[in-house]
Amino acid sequence: MYIIIVGGGKVGFHLAKALLDEGHEVLVLEKSAAECEYISSQLGSVCVRGDGCEVTTLADAGTGRADMLIAVTGDDEDNLVACQVAKHKFNVPRTIARLYDPRNETIFKKLGIDVTINSTNIILEHIEEEVPTHPLTHLLTIRDKGLEIVEVKIPPTSPTVGKQVKELSLPPGSTLLLLIRKRQKPHVPRADTVVRAGDQIIAVTPPESEEELRMALRGA
Amino acid sequence: MKVVIMGCGRVGARLASLLDIEGHSVTILDTDAYSFRRLPADFGGTALVGNGIDQENLKQAGIEEADAFVAVTQGDNRNVMAAQIARYIFSVPKVVCRIYDPLRRELYNSLGIDALSPTTIFAQLLKEKLEK
Repeated sequence: MYIIIVGGGKVGFHLAKALLDEGHEVLVLEKSAAECEYISSQLGSVCVRGDGCEVTTLADAGTGRADMLIAVTGDDEDNLVACQVAKHKFNVPRTIARLYDPRNETIFKKLGIDVTINSTNIILEHIEEEVPTHPLTHLLTIRDKGLEIVEVKIPPTSPTVGKQVKELSLPPGSTLLLLIRKRQKPHVPRADTVVRAGDQIIAVTPPESEEELRMALRGA
Repeated sequence: MKVVIMGCGRVGARLASLLDIEGHSVTILDTDAYSFRRLPADFGGTALVGNGIDQENLKQAGIEEADAFVAVTQGDNRNVMAAQIARYIFSVPKVVCRIYDPLRRELYNSLGIDALSPTTIFAQLLKEKLEK
């Protein structure tokens, strides 16, 4: 595949390296001469100095025959425009934009960007996983279906301890997938499974029911 | 008419002042409060520190009731992103933005965003001056 990467910072550099290793044809567009030089010295002549939001730069880069454009500059607006120019001017079949502000995700989708990678959310999710007291952890987002897979830990003080799963008022659309309990094999919770302190429950839920699910499982 | 202007540079400040004098309700946004020095002392509109590509800031500026939105920051991409937010998220009836790059302006015009390129306009004016 011919893949154009807009932005030759750390993400752009390592992405280019990984894609080259996979045997793809890669071109990085980067505004700064210093970054460009560094990339060329490390990866060979795969970097062109230029503004990847500009029509002429993209035309020179042969964007018309690109299979994919990935915009990973440090600014959401630049990533948006690079993808839009690629899509509408050069009919690039797939555009991927990195974004920092999670609130821009809906806008980017609405404006026709095929895939958005929200680096802030990804970092937050990883940190949440490492914070042991966090009541609900995001494990995975199934983006095109609008679902999340989350983990809820049951504290000893929770009013749900000792209750059966069928007694919990789970929000519609949420399903309990897996129960992880000390000294037991992980298993699928059933209606008559009794919740115990220290249980880890993996569930699938639409993001809007997340709070409700947390309340139903932990009582607070 | 209620107008929200993003970017209080020379053009933004002057436009805000002109509209204010005509009695329109103007809110002008800039990320730097220092830019508001460009507004005349008797400016009757609202000057708000904020970023026009941030939906919360736009809401604070009253974008939901605005009749028009103008994006005139120094960044072409910021302008075009803000213009699209105003148009497609908040359905502002009239949206205009500045794009210095003539080719990008052409593209966004074809995508339904009303954009002006000072580069093209000013080059044309200069040419006409020289030909007189």
